[in-house]
Amino acid sequence: MKKLFAVVIALTCALGLVACSKGGDVEKKSEGVMTFEEYQAAAVDSEVTIEAYVQAHQSWWDNKITVYAADKEGAYFLYEMACTEEDAAKLNPGTKIKAKGFKSEWSGEVEIVDATFEIEDGNYIAPAEDLTSLLGTDDLIKHQNCFALFKDMTVKSVAYKNEEPGDDIYVTFTKDGKDYDFCLEYYLNGSDEALYNLVGGLQEGQVCDVEGFVYWYEGPNPHITKVTVK
Amino acid sequence: MRKKIVCMFLALISAAMLAGCHGSKGMPEFGMPETFDDSRTYNITFWAKNDTNKVQSDIYKKAIADFTALYPNINVNLRLYTDYGKIYNDVITNISTHTTPNVCITYPDHIATYMRGINVVVPLDELAASPAYGLGGSDLRFDGPGSEEIIPEFLKECRLDDKLYALPFMRSTEALYINEDMVKDLGYEVPDVVTWDFVWDLSEKAMKKNADQTFAINGQKVLIPFIYKSTDNMMISQLRQLNAPYSTAEGDIEIFNDTTTDLLMTVADHARTGAFSTFKISSYPGNFLNAGQCIFAIDSTAGATWMGSDAPLSDIAEENKRSFTTVVRPIPQFDPDDPKMISQGPSVCVFNKEDPQEVLASWLFAQFLLTNDVQVAYSETEGYIPVTKKAQDSEEYKEYLSLSGTDSDHYDIKIDAATLLLDHMSDTFTTPVFSGSASLRDAAGALIENVAKASRRGMTVDEAYIAKTYEDVRSLYKLDAAGSLAAKKDNAQPLPFASKLLIVCLIVTWIVMGAVYAYSRFRKAKS
Repeated sequence: MKKLFAVVIALTCALGLVACSKGGDVEKKSEGVMTFEEYQAAAVDSEVTIEAYVQAHQSWWDNKITVYAADKEGAYFLYEMACTEEDAAKLNPGTKIKAKGFKSEWSGEVEIVDATFEIEDGNYIAPAEDLTSLLGTDDLIKHQNCFALFKDMTVKSVAYKNEEPGDDIYVTFTKDGKDYDFCLEYYLNGSDEALYNLVGGLQEGQVCDVEGFVYWYEGPNPHITKVTVK
Repeated sequence: MRKKIVCMFLALISAAMLAGCHGSKGMPEFGMPETFDDSRTYNITFWAKNDTNKVQSDIYKKAIADFTALYPNINVNLRLYTDYGKIYNDVITNISTHTTPNVCITYPDHIATYMRGINVVVPLDELAASPAYGLGGSDLRFDGPGSEEIIPEFLKECRLDDKLYALPFMRSTEALYINEDMVKDLGYEVPDVVTWDFVWDLSEKAMKKNADQTFAINGQKVLIPFIYKSTDNMMISQLRQLNAPYSTAEGDIEIFNDTTTDLLMTVADHARTGAFSTFKISSYPGNFLNAGQCIFAIDSTAGATWMGSDAPLSDIAEENKRSFTTVVRPIPQFDPDDPKMISQGPSVCVFNKEDPQEVLASWLFAQFLLTNDVQVAYSETEGYIPVTKKAQDSEEYKEYLSLSGTDSDHYDIKIDAATLLLDHMSDTFTTPVFSGSASLRDAAGALIENVAKASRRGMTVDEAYIAKTYEDVRSLYKLDAAGSLAAKKDNAQPLPFASKLLIVCLIVTWIVMGAVYAYSRFRKAKS
């Protein structure tokens, strides 16, 4: 019985190791690649090389793609990275990439521009981090680009960018008496008809949990990926 | 005799093939109907652009309602865009499926590309000249402008290949929005016409920092003294002011020249110090201007409601705004006595359809957009000006201008921007329009963006770097080495099947003709 037990445990451990190695070591960086801390410390306009995992991407266009990526330490926004249509099809959530580009800042959004990338072995999906308590604080910016959850947000207003469906949707939520601007970025998930219609149809006063990437435009402006109406 | 018959036969086959191809892929040429058949119902689509401005959308909707009240048998379906590029891409996509809109807000550069399709865009000369339905026509149910009442410079911009392919809808130019307080703090007064040297010099002077690394001029950690929104316009305007080559009317590319190199070296010098940046690199000039982080901001007069510390529209938080005096001037000049500024703004074109009556209905609506009610109302939303003398001279418009600064609808910076263009209509220019001119415009902007970025990144920007940039931009925008322009890569379309078939048939025809000729010569020689 003891032997059987030991075998089961050994097998379980072995399986666990295999599973782990298949996903790669999320925290370990290859040679010449910056840690997230080093990336954060890098000056704007300097060249950066990062390894991270694709969390989502906007629609591919004209050999360019905009990617939301993360590792266990933080998140990255890779704006209009050079990418063939063939490679774009491989950038599924979780895919590990090594990207080289230049750190940039556009209206407060820290991003990597003029980047090229290669796909590496590894897989990781960052869980949504509950950042509700950081809304309206200076600490939220430390989580810029992260995948986040904001709980019990009350809808104040909904507006289509071009006054009608077919473009971005701007949603203002209130929480504890303060307004927060969110955006359903059409190129990120405009093709998700259910989500697009749900967000476009939100009514003032409805209370929701909202998931999204903590994008920045002159202040926090998360890109919505999921809304749960309570 | 036999030879003649063979030749005639081959010619007939070729003509038939051409006609077949024409009919299968292109549109039939528009023929002007004698009268408008209002016993039928027409559903037309109108693709319009607004500047993320609800008032503009409402004006389009009101124009449609007013038009439909006059023509109840013409239903106009509005589709709104906030981006000219997206309209352009959607039109290109819809040309091959014959699902273009009927009426579309557009730029002449874009129309030149649309015209690659056969009879896709309707030439408007015949429609405009129609005594009954033309400009100011006798059978119109509205008081539209006569052709002589449209500002001639603006109407001329809509002519391509000597034909009228659009009507101007609104016109704007670029303006230099200045934080006058900062200029005074630097010890200067703002001249009536600002020179490039003035802007560069003061921008560098403003870069002085305090011991705590804040900028002395604003006490903040952020300052970009000079930001240009549209770098394609920046390059084009500078070249025009210096009377330097850009392109010929026929589409020969002349932008890669020594003057351009000199201009780029200047951009590099000031981007390196941080005194200059662009929209693409940093963000909207208005955001920095309104936060007291910019002295010289260049943006369209059609963006005037976003400029200045009291701007009715703003993307930055109230607590980040600074109070200062904003003044509006023409863009910087090399020769203040001979100012030159770009003419821009939306035009409206009519797409061809199988049914000429539907085209005529579209034309009636396009023309309705030039009536005073639409012109005055839309121009008041931003620093646009009406394109007709009839609207510009109307009491309503004059009153609007006279109320400058009285409330947010009459925001003084917006009216100053519009007045700037009204005062300088004869100083405006446009660039030649040809198939691919939109790509050349993109390339002009890319030169500045590439050089500015490289400079900011500490790279050496010298003549060798610029030569390499020319090569890269030529390749990216398909501007070949000989100077002629091919289609931009993302617009390049494979030849349609009918075109390929035509080419094959023509080759076969020539081979057959050659064979027949050789055979007849052989027979003749033998006999």
